[in-house]
Amino acid sequence: MRGRENRFLLLMVAPAIVVGAAFFLLPLARLAVVGATGKLGIAAYTAVVTNPQYFQALASTIVLSVTVTVATLVIAGIAGVFLERNHFLGREALISMLTLPLAFPGVVVGFMVIMLAGRTGLIGEITSTFGAGRLVFAYSIAGLFTGYIYFSIPRVILTIMAAAEKLDPALEEAARSLGANPWRVIVDVILPALKPALIASGAICFATSMGAFGTAFTLATDIKVLPIVIYTEFTLLANIALAAALSMVLGIITWATLALSRVAAGATAAAAG
Amino acid sequence: MNGKAGTAIRLVDCAKTFPNGTRALDKTSLEMRGGETIVFLGPSGCGKTTLLRVIAGLESPDEGGRVYFDDEDVTSQPIEHRNVGMVFQSYALFPNMNVGDNIAYGLKVHGVAPDKRARRVDEMLRMMQISELRERRITELSGGQRQRVALARAIAVQPRVLLLDEPLTALDALLRERLRIEIDVLLHSLGITAAYVTHDQGEAMAIGDRIAVMNKGAIVQTGSPREIYYKPASSFVADFIGTMNRVTGTLRGGALELPGGRIDWADQQGSGEMQVLFRPNDARIVEEAGAPLRGVVEQQFFLGDRTRLHVTGVADRTVVVETTEHREFRVGQSIGLRIEPGALLRLRD
Repeated sequence: MRGRENRFLLLMVAPAIVVGAAFFLLPLARLAVVGATGKLGIAAYTAVVTNPQYFQALASTIVLSVTVTVATLVIAGIAGVFLERNHFLGREALISMLTLPLAFPGVVVGFMVIMLAGRTGLIGEITSTFGAGRLVFAYSIAGLFTGYIYFSIPRVILTIMAAAEKLDPALEEAARSLGANPWRVIVDVILPALKPALIASGAICFATSMGAFGTAFTLATDIKVLPIVIYTEFTLLANIALAAALSMVLGIITWATLALSRVAAGATAAAAG
Repeated sequence: MNGKAGTAIRLVDCAKTFPNGTRALDKTSLEMRGGETIVFLGPSGCGKTTLLRVIAGLESPDEGGRVYFDDEDVTSQPIEHRNVGMVFQSYALFPNMNVGDNIAYGLKVHGVAPDKRARRVDEMLRMMQISELRERRITELSGGQRQRVALARAIAVQPRVLLLDEPLTALDALLRERLRIEIDVLLHSLGITAAYVTHDQGEAMAIGDRIAVMNKGAIVQTGSPREIYYKPASSFVADFIGTMNRVTGTLRGGALELPGGRIDWADQQGSGEMQVLFRPNDARIVEEAGAPLRGVVEQQFFLGDRTRLHVTGVADRTVVVETTEHREFRVGQSIGLRIEPGALLRLRD
């Protein structure tokens, strides 16, 4: 009985295994092999650490992604709880506007950042009108940060709103009755309850930022992020082995972060019941 | 921590209108003596929870309303400065803390030293007979255990007043009855002033030193459980608390005449048709021969500790009679009834 059941299950999963093997595992294995068969051999994998240029790209990508994730969690966390709690005229419209960036590819987001803070951007015009000189930050890390924040917020805000909806208001009232001021209520009640949602959406936010290409490409910033370096090595320099090795490193870091966050979120979810 | 048992509470002209225009509470004034347990009883939407929340400081009364704890005007104080203990229907225990940490939370917020905190938690756990649960996670507790922890957490900080919002509603009947007794004993041994919200009249009777019956945003009667039960001030109170028979008879020659006989009622003024009320256990079943009232058993319900009969022919409508006699009745059987005139009630409305 049991054997037959297993065979049946195997049969059902077979298509997924075939597709997964053909279009994911095989290219991934090939990528891993290619990465070690260039001029540098297996050393291509360590180049990301030993070569200052690559290491710089990796470091700035990670710093940017972490900063974007933290900033997004703070902004979207506060906004998400606020939107869940307060009902006002235009709330629905505001929520759908906040989720609008999901509809745009990274290229368009980059374009919008240029319109805002580029050489002929809105902010520059305003500051020069007030005689403060033309403020331009679209092509620096601040421009990247702005663009990344823009498309990260909707991913987090919806998750936070769903989690905030499940918060029992009696919990906060209980804490307050015991003498907790509003700040303590946030630290002791609201944040612990939102922790699984913050970890899960923060991990997605980090992974998206690590791999984002379109925005960085459009902004053509003076700071190179890793996806841009990979693109340059592959397309312009035909350094296929190195591009493959860098891709593997980028993938492993992002995947490990997601896996870790799943473990952490699972643990807190279990603790919170 | 500066709280002491027995704070008197006074509400003056407290009304509550919500921003959407709903009037949850009409102008209400109320005095609670120190150490007294008062129960706010009424159907859902009667304003009892709003009244509790006004006392707690979770809602501020409309302009003109004042709340006093002893002689201190606390109207503008938020809940975190009032030192009140709250117990909720949903328990509202912090899921990210274990039992001990939940009970210690208020002490921690008040800055009580860790060793003193631990001693107080021990004391609370012993008092609620849940010492073995100290390290447990909240999700591992049953409903009854959770409510014990919630009570311990509220009492640990020695609040000036304990506020309980339907604390037993989420529990099953047997546990409800047991905890009801425990809470009653606890409240009186602590000597703490307590306000208890419920829609369950049995709970109200068992726990309240006084009951405030509420309807449509107003207190309609305040009194001891006995007063509320036997001397309801209105037909709403009479009907809400227990079963009440309502019959129409004619007062003539010092007796109330009903279709099934007459009740001597010499001291009653006036004459003519009138409506009177009586409780099911105030009608005694007697020998049919020579009985002042006669009727026919329409239905009988054996309830274990008593038997409930629906009797026709006595009055203009079926009356409910309860007896603790062990005998069995037959449907269609004729019986005699006696109702003492003292048990009859006339209402103005």
